[in-house]
Amino acid sequence: MDDPIVLTAQKSHKLGNNMTGNPKRPLSPHLSVWKWGPAMTASIVHRVTGNGLATVGAMLLVGWLVAAASGQESYDWYMGWATWWPGKVVAVGITWFFFQHLFGGIRHFVLDTGAGYELKTNNFWAKMVWAASIGCTILVWLIIFWKAL
Amino acid sequence: MGSGTRIGRVRGLGSAKHGAQHWLQQRLTAVGNIVLILWLIFSFLSLPALSHGAVTTWLSAPLVAVPMMLMIVSIFWHLKLGMQVMLEDYVHDEGLKLLSLVALNFYAIGGAALGLFAIAKIAFAGAPA
Repeated sequence: MDDPIVLTAQKSHKLGNNMTGNPKRPLSPHLSVWKWGPAMTASIVHRVTGNGLATVGAMLLVGWLVAAASGQESYDWYMGWATWWPGKVVAVGITWFFFQHLFGGIRHFVLDTGAGYELKTNNFWAKMVWAASIGCTILVWLIIFWKAL
Repeated sequence: MGSGTRIGRVRGLGSAKHGAQHWLQQRLTAVGNIVLILWLIFSFLSLPALSHGAVTTWLSAPLVAVPMMLMIVSIFWHLKLGMQVMLEDYVHDEGLKLLSLVALNFYAIGGAALGLFAIAKIAFAGAPA
C-alpha cells in the first residue's frame, strides 16, 4: 500500500474532493453548476418509459393473451376493465410510453453512431422525440375513437 | 482480485467481457420490438372487432401466432436486458442486487413462458367459448 498513486488518492480523499489538497485549484467537472435541459429529460424519460412498459405494459399484454386463452368469460372480464375509463387512461398512457420509448430508442441508435451530440442538435432531437410520440399517440387513439363511432 | 499490484487490481475489477454482447442484444431486440409491436398496433387497428371470437380466430392463424410468439420473446428479452441495467445502476447493496436480478430473470422467463403458452393454446387447442 506504499504505492505513491494510492497514497495520494487516500490523502486527497481525506482532504475532500480536491486532488492536490490545494483549495485554489479549479475543480472539474462542475457537478453543481448545470441547468436542466431537453437531453437530460429525454434520458430519464427513456428509462422511466422503458421500465413502465417492462412491468405494467408487459403484464397487461400477457394478461390479455392469458384471458383470451382462458375463454370467453375471462376475456370479457379483462376487456370490461380495459374499456372502463381508467382502463382507457392506462391504455393511452401505455401507447404514449411505447412511442416515447420507440422514438427515444431511435434517437439512441443515432447517438450510438457518435452523431448528434452538438448541444443544439441534441436538444432539437430530444424535443422531436416528444413531438413524434405525442403525435403518434393522438393519431392511434383518433383512429380507435373514429372506428368506435 | 489480483496479487496486489496495480495491474492485478485492474484485472480483478475489470470487464467480464460480456458488455458488448449485452449492448448488441439490447439493440437487436429493440429492432425486433419496433417491427413486431408496430405490426400488433396495426393489427389491432385493422381488426373488425376485439371480441373473444374475432381475436382467438385471428390468433390461431400461423402468420399471426408465430409473429406474436416472436414478439413475446423479443419483448421479454429486451426488458430483461433493460431492467438489468436499471437495477445495476440503482440497487447498491450486493445482496439485494443479486436478489433483484434473480427476481428479474424469473419474471422475464416466466412472463415469456406464460405468453407463449397462451398463444400456443389458442392456436393449437382453441380457447373455450
